[in-house]
Amino acid sequence: MFTWVLHRVTGVALFFYLFAHVLDTSLVVVNPALYDGVLEVYHHPLIKLMEIGLVVAVIYHAVNGIRVTLVDFWSKGSPRNRMMMRVQHVVFAVLTLGAVIPMGAQLALEISERF
Amino acid sequence: MSTETNWDALQAAEKLNQPETQAERRAPARQRTSSNVELYSWIYMRVSGILLVLLIFGHLIVMHLLEGGVSRVNFAFVAGRWAGPFWQTWDWAILFLASIHGANGMRIVITDYIRAPQARFWAKMLLYTATVFMLLLGTLTIVTFDPGAALPRF
Repeated sequence: MFTWVLHRVTGVALFFYLFAHVLDTSLVVVNPALYDGVLEVYHHPLIKLMEIGLVVAVIYHAVNGIRVTLVDFWSKGSPRNRMMMRVQHVVFAVLTLGAVIPMGAQLALEISERF
Repeated sequence: MSTETNWDALQAAEKLNQPETQAERRAPARQRTSSNVELYSWIYMRVSGILLVLLIFGHLIVMHLLEGGVSRVNFAFVAGRWAGPFWQTWDWAILFLASIHGANGMRIVITDYIRAPQARFWAKMLLYTATVFMLLLGTLTIVTFDPGAALPRF
């Protein structure tokens, strides 16, 4: 149940993010200096932290979505669901570490440069 | 195996539950038609989802993991990427597939949690408006992008 709830929560969050992202990227055809200015704001540690959350949400939604698709389209998917859940947790952990470590390093760098 | 579905038994049971009762046969034609919208939306979520995994993971790797990460992203960086059709198409494909994938998901969430019919209707209208807006604005951004815009003209 929890997996399904998290899939929804991450999905809704990602949709709102997409809307904001289309808006900020559209500045590229409004005024290049304004675009660069907005991206400078995005260097703030709080926003960098939210970015890490965003990437983790993408990883979760993607990995769980792949499992759901396998269960739906693969005849051997449904009986193997428990095994796939365990694989999913491992894949999620590996990908999250792979993303959080470099992004966390950049965040630490940003914090040390500001404070 | 106990988890295998007994398709023969299932088919036999479904034969007994034929929907074609006399009342339904006498019903006017418009009540007998059905659409496959939900089926296609269900299929779309899975197909677009797999494509989006590839497209978005690529996008995240380029933006976050390669050479300095997101701090190097600025107008010049975008101008370099969108100079050619490959990244323009890649990014537009993300926009298109993700907008519909997300909008469909939001539609389902709205249907599940907003019970009052009027509120649900207007929530969906707001959703569709936001989605069309995103698609138009994003397409406009990619199509009208001018890498030379940053060059001083005066």
